[in-house]
Amino acid sequence: MFEIFGIPSQALFGQLLIGLINGSFYALLSLGLAVIFGMLNVINFTHGAQYMMGAFAAYLLLQYLGLNYWAALVIVPLLVGASGIVVERLFLRYVRNLDHLYGLILTFGLALVIEGLFRNYFGSSGEPYQVPDALQGGHNLGFMFLPNYRAWVIVFSLVVCFATWFAIERTRLGSYLRAATENPTLVRAFGINVPRMVTLTYGFGVALAALAGVMAAPIYNVSPQMGSDIIIVVFAVVVIGGMGSILGAIVTGFALGIIEGLTKVFFPEASSTVIFVIMAVVLLIRPAGLFGRTA
Amino acid sequence: MAAITNPLARAARTGEARSLTVAFCIMVVLLAIAPFVVYPVFLMQALCFALFACAFNLLVGYVGLLSFGHALFFGWASYLCAHAAKRWGFPPEVAVLFGTAGAAALGLVAGFLAIRRQGIYFAMITLALAQMMYFVALRAPFTGGEDGIQDVPRGWLFGLIDLSHERTMYAFVLVTVLAGFLFIYRVINSPFGEVLKAIRENEPRAVSLGYKSERYKLVAFVLSATLAGLAGALKALVFQLASLTDVYWTMSGEVVLMTLVGGLGTIFGPIVGAFLIVAMETYLAQLGQWVLVIQGAIFVFCVLAFRRGIVGELAAALRIKL
Amino acid sequence: MKAAASLAFALAALMTTAAHAQNPIPVKIGVLTDMSSLYADDTGPGSVAAAKLAIHDFDPAKHNMKVDIISADHQNKPDVGASIARQWYDTDHVDAIVDVPNSAVALAVNDVTRQKNKVFLVSGAASSDLTGPKCSPNTVHWAYDTWMLANGTGKSIVKTGGKTWFFLTADYAFGHALERDTTAVVEANGGKVVGHVNVPLNNQDFSSFLLQAQASKAQIIGLANAGGDTINAIKQGAEFGITKGGQHFAGLLIFIADIQALGLQAAQGLILTEPFYWDMNAGTRAWTKRWQADRPGKFPTTVQAGVYSATLDYLKAVAAVKSAADGKAVVDQMKKMPSDDPLFGKGEVRADGRAIHPAYLFQVKTPAESKYAGDDYILKATIPASEAFRPMKDDHCPLLTQ
Repeated sequence: MFEIFGIPSQALFGQLLIGLINGSFYALLSLGLAVIFGMLNVINFTHGAQYMMGAFAAYLLLQYLGLNYWAALVIVPLLVGASGIVVERLFLRYVRNLDHLYGLILTFGLALVIEGLFRNYFGSSGEPYQVPDALQGGHNLGFMFLPNYRAWVIVFSLVVCFATWFAIERTRLGSYLRAATENPTLVRAFGINVPRMVTLTYGFGVALAALAGVMAAPIYNVSPQMGSDIIIVVFAVVVIGGMGSILGAIVTGFALGIIEGLTKVFFPEASSTVIFVIMAVVLLIRPAGLFGRTA
Repeated sequence: MAAITNPLARAARTGEARSLTVAFCIMVVLLAIAPFVVYPVFLMQALCFALFACAFNLLVGYVGLLSFGHALFFGWASYLCAHAAKRWGFPPEVAVLFGTAGAAALGLVAGFLAIRRQGIYFAMITLALAQMMYFVALRAPFTGGEDGIQDVPRGWLFGLIDLSHERTMYAFVLVTVLAGFLFIYRVINSPFGEVLKAIRENEPRAVSLGYKSERYKLVAFVLSATLAGLAGALKALVFQLASLTDVYWTMSGEVVLMTLVGGLGTIFGPIVGAFLIVAMETYLAQLGQWVLVIQGAIFVFCVLAFRRGIVGELAAALRIKL
Repeated sequence: MKAAASLAFALAALMTTAAHAQNPIPVKIGVLTDMSSLYADDTGPGSVAAAKLAIHDFDPAKHNMKVDIISADHQNKPDVGASIARQWYDTDHVDAIVDVPNSAVALAVNDVTRQKNKVFLVSGAASSDLTGPKCSPNTVHWAYDTWMLANGTGKSIVKTGGKTWFFLTADYAFGHALERDTTAVVEANGGKVVGHVNVPLNNQDFSSFLLQAQASKAQIIGLANAGGDTINAIKQGAEFGITKGGQHFAGLLIFIADIQALGLQAAQGLILTEPFYWDMNAGTRAWTKRWQADRPGKFPTTVQAGVYSATLDYLKAVAAVKSAADGKAVVDQMKKMPSDDPLFGKGEVRADGRAIHPAYLFQVKTPAESKYAGDDYILKATIPASEAFRPMKDDHCPLLTQ
């Protein structure tokens, strides 16, 4: 066992693994936001509230319908994604062609309304939700105790991230979507129903947020504030990665998780601020983010 | 945009100037008699936020740069003024100047870093800088952490006027805010202001005409930061307290809301917006749980149906400039 | 002539006393609380319900008083809180402000109350400065404070074998104060603090910090934080098998609302100190049932019980002094009368404004041990009122040296 900067190597590996796991969670969460901005040019500030809705939906399904975590993983994204489609039809389509600012403020307003309503109804302390039985416990890896649920998080996030990236960058449907973003009129001329695609894409992005919410419910406190606590970090990840880029969001999510993990070991007080420092630095050097298209 | 020497344009501007002067006089009269009718501390709070919103509007409405970090200048000026008044015993006018100067310095640094980018990236840089300074405020001993700096003395203005009476404090705040407001008006309606508008409309063309757009934007940014700082410093004396809420990103969000509701790019819009939002928060505090929902609903409504804001819609309906 | 004069006098006296009997003493109470953010469940609407119960139980008509109540949400912002307090005192004729969670807001309200000579009955805020350097003749601190929590939990745990400690400290003044106070108590009683880590406020993921706590092998992991941070730390602690590994969490500031949010599966075994538990005795149970009429499905916390207790005591003092106008006089009366109510038992208000009453050490039950909703605590020890709070000599309260 050797020491690196005063920290025993075993402890460091443990922290790196934790950082990687957190990074995978950030990646999953920012994926939806990146999809929505990349495809629709809308800054979806409601993302945090939709993530929170996903977690609450999982709790409600368990509490009132007795549906467990595994059922929630499938049902909740569909439900919340559907609510996203409603939001798009009712509100978002009016601001799509305006300055980014309006979309941002609109979605911010929606986020406040959703959070306020949930808080009025459920209170602010939170609701209990446990790790599913099949994933309880963990394994002692020697340098740390790894809970099974955390291992599941990293595997599942990687799968979802890869599947989404593949769907958008490598399939025909994805190419229609990318084309529709660049030149909607021309794509429409080819007979593709662009508005419907846009709506479904927004729904998909929201479903991803809700999926992250279900993933979070067993480990993070299910409270109405959980969305606004995390939204700023998610934003920073997407901005650093490059606002149009799916791959950028994924890579940045992982990278940031690791950097944050290391900061928690060496300088824990700054671990909440490090992401903003990185954001400022990246934006000054590469204005469109690490993988982004032109500014 | 029409050249400034065009006689038609000049006539139109005189007409504009008239409607603006009338509106200004009405506003001053209302504000002068208001403290006898409405609780003065509420009015002072609204005035400080009105100045803050006007400063913000200078940047977003006339230069086209949306900043998400204006709380940085507002809050830090508030802390600096509070510290100067309480711990160094400065008289109020010097403490306010000190806070404002601090905001100007911060504005210079932040502007220098942020101006290179536009649009959403500019907004994100300002947010990042503001969040970093929030954490500095959270941990720096002089700010008092989450307790804030409490018990700030209002002192004697110029050594003569006791500001602990609400009415005299109100007069001081009103005069300062009006001065700030007039200054902004002067900036907008000067050759400098015209160049800013040109940059907002078409930056490449302005550059091709020989204007160094970066420098103009930086000056505008610093002016905006300074005036936001003035508002913050005043607020510290009004409430006799400086706290973390003044530097947190939700404060930046509030000023966006005020400007939007009032009317982006109008002269009187931010003032109306500020008064409305402060009134809403004060009088709705009694409703407790619904404040958040109502605020969100107003945001949504304004963006969908009321994009020009109250003053903007009024000006469009009456076909005057406000 | 003389007879007529004395008759006139008698008549006048009779009329004025009759007139006096017609004018009840007006009292207005303002519940300034957090309705919409972090502490809404610990205080919030439940505090308003508690205050209303206090007014009802006091029976103003019987004492020839008329009591009104208003409430507002300070949203956890010191300037909103200070401004509401100012406005209430200046224009709304409020005589006493109750509750006020969030120490920063409480300190601001403390100052305004002293300036205007009103009364501040604080049960929501934890800062022991309110009866220390910032003590005021117009303020009474009810229910709990950081010293009581640190001392109650710290001392009892060390005495029952938890000798080595590791702190997870929320990196802001409150967290540091809690850690500092508890460290002093632990070391004074023969324990040892083997390490600590400063966690940023509102941090969601504690895995990295829990790893450090596990590596330290301390018997007790002290949680010098509150609200969502405490809940997340405990929830993730269960995931990482902290308790299974033989370590225990000590919750330094935790309410039953937080335990309900965690669920017993995650919270079992947690040790904490509170001066009130809804299921303690018949008196508390009966009161809770009445309180639940307003807040179905929830259980009252220490803070909300403190609001009831403080309001009741205040009203009794106003009745004794026959006016609510002079805040300092009413508080002086409260310091003279011993307090007794079904929730906190017998206690008194000290010269520094600290209301003292017994405190209790509880342990959270396992899911198997809990028989009905809200059956969350086992009583481990009782700390008598004389020992539960900081002795006055250590206060540094300016009032005491005058």
